[in-house]
Amino acid sequence: MKIIKESVVGTLESSDLLVKVTPSDTASRDIVVRSEVFKQFGKQITRVVTETLDKLAVSDGLIVIEDKGALDCVIRARVQAAVLRATGAREPDWGKLS
Amino acid sequence: MKNESEALAKLDPDLGPLPPFAGQNARTPHLASPDARLHRKVCASLEEAIARSGLKDGMTVSFHHAFREGDKVVLTVVNWLARLGFKNLTLASSSLAGCHDPLVEHIRSGVITQIYTSGLRGKLAEAVSNGLMERPVQVHSHGGRVHLLQTGELKIDVAFLGVACCDEFGNANASHGKTNCGSLGYAKVDADFARQVVLLTEQIVDFPNYPASISQDRVDWIVKVDQVGDASKISVGAARVTNNPRELMIARRAADVIEHSGYFVEGFSLQTGSGASSTAATRFLEERMKKKNIAASFALGGITGGITDLHKKGLIRAVVDVQSFDHDAAESLRTFPGHIEISANEYANPTSKAAYVDRVDVVILSALEIDLDFNVNVITGSDGVMRGASGGHCDVAAAANLTMVVAPLVRSRIPTVVRRVTTLVTPGESVDVLITDQGIAVNPARPEIEKRLREARLPVMTIEALHEKAVALTGEPEPLEFTERIVGVIRYRDGSVIDVVRQIAS
Amino acid sequence: MKLRRSMLFVPGDNAAMLSTSFIYRPDSVMFDLEDAVAPREKDSARLMVYQALQHPAYADIETVVRINGVETEWWQQDLEVAVRGGVDIVRLPKTENAQEIHELEAHVARIEQACGRPVGETKLMAAIESASGVVNAVAISTASPRMVAIAMAGFDYLVDMHTHRSAGWEPELFFARAAVLNAARAARIDAFDVVYGNVNDDEGFLREVNIAKQLGFNGKSLIHPKQIEMLHRAYAPTEEEVSHAKRVLAAAEEARRNGLGVVSLDGKMVDPPVIHEAEMALQLADLS
Repeated sequence: MKIIKESVVGTLESSDLLVKVTPSDTASRDIVVRSEVFKQFGKQITRVVTETLDKLAVSDGLIVIEDKGALDCVIRARVQAAVLRATGAREPDWGKLS
Repeated sequence: MKNESEALAKLDPDLGPLPPFAGQNARTPHLASPDARLHRKVCASLEEAIARSGLKDGMTVSFHHAFREGDKVVLTVVNWLARLGFKNLTLASSSLAGCHDPLVEHIRSGVITQIYTSGLRGKLAEAVSNGLMERPVQVHSHGGRVHLLQTGELKIDVAFLGVACCDEFGNANASHGKTNCGSLGYAKVDADFARQVVLLTEQIVDFPNYPASISQDRVDWIVKVDQVGDASKISVGAARVTNNPRELMIARRAADVIEHSGYFVEGFSLQTGSGASSTAATRFLEERMKKKNIAASFALGGITGGITDLHKKGLIRAVVDVQSFDHDAAESLRTFPGHIEISANEYANPTSKAAYVDRVDVVILSALEIDLDFNVNVITGSDGVMRGASGGHCDVAAAANLTMVVAPLVRSRIPTVVRRVTTLVTPGESVDVLITDQGIAVNPARPEIEKRLREARLPVMTIEALHEKAVALTGEPEPLEFTERIVGVIRYRDGSVIDVVRQIAS
Repeated sequence: MKLRRSMLFVPGDNAAMLSTSFIYRPDSVMFDLEDAVAPREKDSARLMVYQALQHPAYADIETVVRINGVETEWWQQDLEVAVRGGVDIVRLPKTENAQEIHELEAHVARIEQACGRPVGETKLMAAIESASGVVNAVAISTASPRMVAIAMAGFDYLVDMHTHRSAGWEPELFFARAAVLNAARAARIDAFDVVYGNVNDDEGFLREVNIAKQLGFNGKSLIHPKQIEMLHRAYAPTEEEVSHAKRVLAAAEEARRNGLGVVSLDGKMVDPPVIHEAEMALQLADLS
């Protein structure tokens, strides 16, 4: 999927995260993770974000995560939503939900 | 009368020379003039009191924490000590709160080079955790602090004690007056052990002031100040039962556990912490006490309005107060004869001649972390930064018949049940039951308790199962990384070292 | 028999609530994509609910998704995540007539086939929120074999009726409650009472619970977890009811053993409905 515009999804409430997706001008994919629990779960969070982006076939863009202790399932959902908004897609590919 | 010194010295050589009488006030000049006899203690300023106390560089100053987040005494005094150029002081406050953040500057500038406390929070705790001080902070329990004073490891040179009111002789309390924080349980101990006692008071009232939580015979100097504490931060108002569903759930479970523990009988005694779950638990206990028609012989603590409410209703016969957590409790102390004030020594010192904690049946405590051996951490967060207090935790946990720890299984993404606590404050052998919102675990050392709770159909499971539940939700946290440097020493109540806190690796 | 006393509403866009609502163990948990979620956030909430439906923490709690109404642009996408996510029941808000249920059913079947879920597995429930809905309650309740429950929704209904909620026995809701309940019983499905919005008023909540219980509602829609425990306790049978139920079942068992067609207890005949009620009472007692 191609990131064509900026999008923001989520909140800074406890157990949630804010996901900001911006198109990349360098045709590369950059993931920035800031988290309240970075020491304990930074690696895990980055892995979930990476996997989610891979499944959506996002190969370039700037993805910035501001995490407030969200569980993996919430991270997945917010990243998916942010990417979908950023691609301008009307609907996700329902058959490919994960 | 002729001088018998020589004759006496021969008869009783060990006694040493006894001075002959030389006039009614010859040897007590401080009683010579009426002015000195009556008014000598009142100083015109804090600066004067500090001078009169004889405080020197390298000495130990102490404070109490009854004013909690509203305390103004510590900073008022330390700011002055800094201005006056004091250095290398040891600060021994029974606890420290978030409002004491500005102490960081005084540590950096060398005014304070050692701290003894039961807890620290906020920016001060963060700075210390990141290596601010050369000497590690000594973190003790409430009972343990008294023990350290008794053994002489902690020697208070000057105690600066904030009180709501006192007379010019020093009879002081905090149960009356405007900024009444209630019990002066911790201050009483300092007044006993310090070489010099300076009272900071908002009101100097007519003599004699009573009740005297601190008696005139322990007081050296008195200074009137504008504020000893911010009343709005002490007075939390009536302890309203929380609406937070998790806290309610945990509280109800705690009451269920008490009801079926075997200790829920006429005349039982209890202690609850200040947390929302503890306050709510007292409400749920009330229903069960009424239904079973039993009353408690006493409640100990750490007293909240929830407890004093039950006292008013005749469900708790005596309220034993070392610290009043809210305005209702402070008012109750003043009003009800059955609500008594005790010192930290009477409360929890393991080497006291008698400590109230030893008479407690059930206690509800909190935890930041608890591990598979039921060890509890109440000091460091899961990021390794200090943010809590040892308080009376290990004291009452060791002594009570049934020690219950209440906590949500998971706080956001942070598991409460862990493989091994980041910092060990209360050993697992002191802890009997863990109550979370997702299940109850009983220490294998108490099979009879587990049996009773299972028979009552409470959701009992192993602590390993609880841990698995937590990790299934959050994922397994990465182990924290620390440097070798020790920044805090956790002292068990008997003075021994139970754990250390190391500096977090950046 | 699936107990449906408590149906906890959880806003589909609220990360903290989605992450913790299973803790309170309601009989059913309802993830809301309708009124609790702003139009701008429908897409994000949908994906959150999809994750929640699949999460092991909700594996042993009955799940419900309240989709947006059939007159909106969102309901079909809501169905995609709900059905594919494995939801137990789809709740249609503002149900006016049986036709809406038929339309809903057709789409659910289509998605079940597309994603390989057994056709017919996803159940339905209807929320009655208007006079039309009340009047069509019987037709709605019997519109599909997938229908398992019908819920009375008070707020919108009272607006439609040009009145408002009162205290006491709430006469303004009487007919609607009775109509919905009778429809549910005729169709042999469950009936839910209205949401009680004032979370600070425990007394008022319990008063309403007692009305619902006395009328015969299976349960109630709840908006705050603390209401779950109160509701379950109110619905729990008393000790007397439990011991009576045990005696009824013992009498039934005895009659069966002796090959008798008629069951009697204390000289009185015990009908099958009474036996069924005794079984329900014990089931409720077990779970309280």
